[in-house]
Amino acid sequence: MSTTSTTIVNLPDQRTATIPKKNYITAEDGLLSWLLTGDHKRIAMLYLVSITFFFFIGGAFAGLIRLELLTPQPDLVASDTYNKLFSMHGIVMVFLFLVPSVPATLGNFLIPIMIGAKDLAFPKINLLSWYLYMAGGLFTLAALVLGGVDTGWTFTTPLSTHYLNTHVVTAGLGVFIIGFSSIFTGLNFIVTIHRMRAPGMTWFRMPLFVWSNYAASILMVLGTPVLAITLVLVVLERTIHIGVFDPTLGGDPLLFQHLFWFYSHPAVYIMILPGMGVISEVISTFSRKRVFGYTAVAFSSVAIAVFGFFVWEHHMFIMGVSNYSALVFSLLTMLVAVPSAIKVFNWAFTLQKGSITFETPMLYAFAFIGLFTIGGLTGVFLGSLGMDIHLTETYFIVAHFHYVMVGGMLMAFMSGVHFWWPKMVGRMYPESLSKLSAVTSFIGFNLTFMPQFILGYLGMPRRYHSYPAEYQVLNVLSTAGATVLGIGFLLPLIYLAWSLKYGAIAGNNPWQATGLEWQIQSPPLTENFIETPIVDYEAYDYEWLAHKTEQEVTTVG
Amino acid sequence: MDNTIVATHDTHAEEHHHVSLPQHRHHFETEQQQREAGTFGMWLFLLTEIMFFGGLFFAYLLYRNWYNPAFVAASNQLSIPLGTVNTAVLISSGFFMALGVWAAEVRKKGLLVIFLILTIISGCVFLGVKYFEYKEKWEKHHIPGASFDISEFVNPPLNPKTGKPIEEPLAPDMAQKTQVFFSLYFAMTGMHALHMIIGIVLLFWLTWRAHRGEFSSGYVAPIENFGLYWHFVDIVWIFLFPLLYLINRHPGT
Amino acid sequence: MSSQYHDPANVINPEHAEHRIVQPGTYIAVYVTLLVFTGITVAAAFVDLHIFNPILAVAIACIKAVIVILFFMHVIFQSKLIKMTVAAGFFTFLILITMTLTDYISRAWGRW
Repeated sequence: MSTTSTTIVNLPDQRTATIPKKNYITAEDGLLSWLLTGDHKRIAMLYLVSITFFFFIGGAFAGLIRLELLTPQPDLVASDTYNKLFSMHGIVMVFLFLVPSVPATLGNFLIPIMIGAKDLAFPKINLLSWYLYMAGGLFTLAALVLGGVDTGWTFTTPLSTHYLNTHVVTAGLGVFIIGFSSIFTGLNFIVTIHRMRAPGMTWFRMPLFVWSNYAASILMVLGTPVLAITLVLVVLERTIHIGVFDPTLGGDPLLFQHLFWFYSHPAVYIMILPGMGVISEVISTFSRKRVFGYTAVAFSSVAIAVFGFFVWEHHMFIMGVSNYSALVFSLLTMLVAVPSAIKVFNWAFTLQKGSITFETPMLYAFAFIGLFTIGGLTGVFLGSLGMDIHLTETYFIVAHFHYVMVGGMLMAFMSGVHFWWPKMVGRMYPESLSKLSAVTSFIGFNLTFMPQFILGYLGMPRRYHSYPAEYQVLNVLSTAGATVLGIGFLLPLIYLAWSLKYGAIAGNNPWQATGLEWQIQSPPLTENFIETPIVDYEAYDYEWLAHKTEQEVTTVG
Repeated sequence: MDNTIVATHDTHAEEHHHVSLPQHRHHFETEQQQREAGTFGMWLFLLTEIMFFGGLFFAYLLYRNWYNPAFVAASNQLSIPLGTVNTAVLISSGFFMALGVWAAEVRKKGLLVIFLILTIISGCVFLGVKYFEYKEKWEKHHIPGASFDISEFVNPPLNPKTGKPIEEPLAPDMAQKTQVFFSLYFAMTGMHALHMIIGIVLLFWLTWRAHRGEFSSGYVAPIENFGLYWHFVDIVWIFLFPLLYLINRHPGT
Repeated sequence: MSSQYHDPANVINPEHAEHRIVQPGTYIAVYVTLLVFTGITVAAAFVDLHIFNPILAVAIACIKAVIVILFFMHVIFQSKLIKMTVAAGFFTFLILITMTLTDYISRAWGRW
C-alpha cells in the first residue's frame, strides 16, 4: 500500500495493470449501440458530452458579455444584441448545463451502483430523457441561430409577450422540452431509490450523494411542470393573445412571475443539492473520516427541498407584490438558509481531526465550501426586504447567484467529475495539471465575481451594456478574471480527453474510498455487479474498508 | 465481514415461486417489484400533471374573483345539459376502464377488449360533444380575439315571459373581461381534450395488443397504469365541470 | 442469510402483499355514487346559497375525486408509499394555490 502522507492515491502496478477487457464501454460496438442504449452508464456519458458542448456555448456568451463590459460605452455590440447575449447565456447555462449537470451525468452513472442495483428503474425513459434534452437543446440553438431571444432567461411578462418580436416562442418551447427531460430523470431516480436498493441497503446506509439526488428529484418532479404550463401560457399569449398576462385585457403580468418563480426557485435547489451530495462524498474520502452527522445531512437535504417551495416570492419583492406577503416570504427565506448552513457545519466537523489530503477533487471541494458560504450568506442579505430594495436588479444579485452557481455548483461538478473519472473511464488524469486548473479557476472565479458585489452595492444595474465611467476599474478586473476562469475550464477539457488514452490505469479503488461503486472494476461491467451485493455495513465505514483490503477480492471481469 | 459481492448465491429464487413472464425486465429481481415500480412511476408522472394543471386552476381562481360578474355571465353561455351529459359520459368511461383492469386481472381477454372499446367510444363521445360546444362558441363569436362579440353581455336578450333581461347587463369594460373567462375555458378544456386525445390514441394501441392476448396471461401492468392516467384525466374534468359550467345559475339574481 | 430480505410472509414489503382484485360490484357502486354526486352538484347550482355555492361545488368535486382515486385507481389497497405520493402531489398543489394567494389577497385589503 502506498499511503504517503501527502496523497491517498493507490494505483495498481502500472507495468502490469490493464483496463478490464469486459466493461460497459467495450460491451457493444457501434454508434447505434450508444444511441439506442438502455445502460445508465452509457446514457450518463452521452449526457456528459452534450452538457460539455452546451457549457462552452454558454461560456462563449459569457466571454462576449465580459468583453462588452470592458468599456463603459456600448461599443462592442448593439443593445439588442447585448440583451440576447445575456439571455442566451442564462438559458443555456441554467437549463442546458446546471440543471442536468450532476444528476444526469454523475447521478445516472452512480445511483444504481451506489444502491446495489443493475440499472435505473426505467432504462428506456432514461434514454428518452436524453433525447428530450437534445431536442430541447436543438430548439434553443435554433432560437439562437434564427436571431436570438432577448427577454432574459426569466421571460418576464409583459416584455416577453407584448414588446419583443424575437424568438421567444422557439426558446420557450425548447425550455419546455428540456423540462420534461428533467422530470423523467427525477422520476426515474425516485422510483429507483425507493424500490431497487440491494438487500441490507437501508435508507440510512445509502451514500449522502443518493440522498441529495433524491431530494433534487422531488423538486424536479413537483416543480418543473409549473414551469411547463407557464411557458405554454406565454406561447399562447404571444400567438393567440389569450390575455392571461396582459393588463389591457384584464390579465396580471405578476401572475407570470408567481408561476415562473414557483419553479425557478426550487430550480436553484435542483441545481445545488446534487453538488452538495458530491461534496459529502469527496470531503469524507479525502479526510478518511465518516461524514459528521449523517442523519442531519440527510434530513437537511430533504428539508432544503421542502422549504425551497415556500420562498419563491423573494425574486419579486420590488415587482408590486403586497407588503404583507413580502414579509411572509422574507421570513421563510431566512428559514431556508438553515439546512444549508447545517450541512456546511457538518462538512467542517467532518474535516476536523480527519487525515486531510489535497488531491484535485478535494481542492474543488474546499473551493465549494468557501464560495458557497459567501454566496449563501449574500442570499440571506438579499432575503432581507430593506436590503433587497437597494440591491435587487444590481450586480450584487449577479455576484450572489454566480457565487452559488459557479463557485458552488460548478466547483462541485468539477470535483465530482475528477473524483469519479477513474471509475467511469478506468484511467487517472494528470494530477499536477488538474491541481493547476483547480487553483486557476478558483483565482479566476474570485477575480471575476468579487468586484461585482462591490459594483452592485455601488448601484450598477444588471443587464445593462453601458455604465458610468467610475465603474470601469471593477469591470476590467472582472473581465480579467473571466479570462483566467475560462482557462481554468479549458484545461480540464484538454487533459481529461488526453487521459482517455494516456492516463494511468486506475484500478478498482484509486482513492481508497468506501461505497459500492469503489468495490467493482473500473470501468464497471454493463450489469454493474456479478452478484447482487448484500450490505451489512454503514456508509463511510473506513474500518470495514481497511479490514477488507487485507483480504482483497477482485472482481475483474 | 468480507465484501460479499462475489460471495452470494442466488438463493431467493427457490424460496417462492414467481411467475416469470416474458416481459420481466432483467434489472428487476421479481415481477412484483417491476409492477410496483411501474405503478409508482406512473403516479409520479400524474403528480406532474397535477402541478401542470395547477397553474391553470390558479389563474382561473384569480380572475374569477377579479371579474366575477363577467365570469357569471360568460359561464351561463355554456350549456348545462351538454356539460352534465359529458360528465356522465366521462365517468362512464372511467367505469369501463376500471372493469377493463379487472378483466385483465382475471384473464378474460374478450371482456378486456370489450371494455377497452367501450372506453374508447365514451372518450370519443365526450370529444364529439366538446367539438359541438366549441363550434357553437365559434358561431356566436365568443372565441377570444379580434372577432369577439360582447354585445350579448352588454345587452342581454329579454326573457319573453317577464320582459326582463335574462342576465344582468354588464358595463362594456366588464363585458370585455368575459374574454378572460373564455380564454381560460378554451385553455383548460383544450388542454384536457389534448390529454384525452393522447389517451384515446394509446387506447387504440392497447386494445390491439389486448386483442393479441398480451394482457390476459398475468401481465396487466400497462392496462393498470394506463387506467391510472385515464382516471386522472377524468378527475381533472370532475373539477372543470362545476368551476366552468356551474358558477351561478340562480334564477332571478 | 438472505431470508430476512426475502421473507414471503413479510407483507409489509409491498412486493409480497396479497394482491387484491377489486370486484365489478364495487365498481358499479362507485359508478352510481359518482353519477348521484354529479346530479347533486348540478341541482345545487340552481339554489342560491350565496358564498357557499362555490364552496359546495368544490367540496362535491373533491369527494368525487377522492372516490375515483381510492377505488377506480385502487389507492385504498396500495402501499403507504403510493398513498403518501398522492398526498404529496395534492399538498404541493395546495402550496401553489395558498401561498400565491397570500400576495393577491393582501394586495388591496378589503377590496377583494
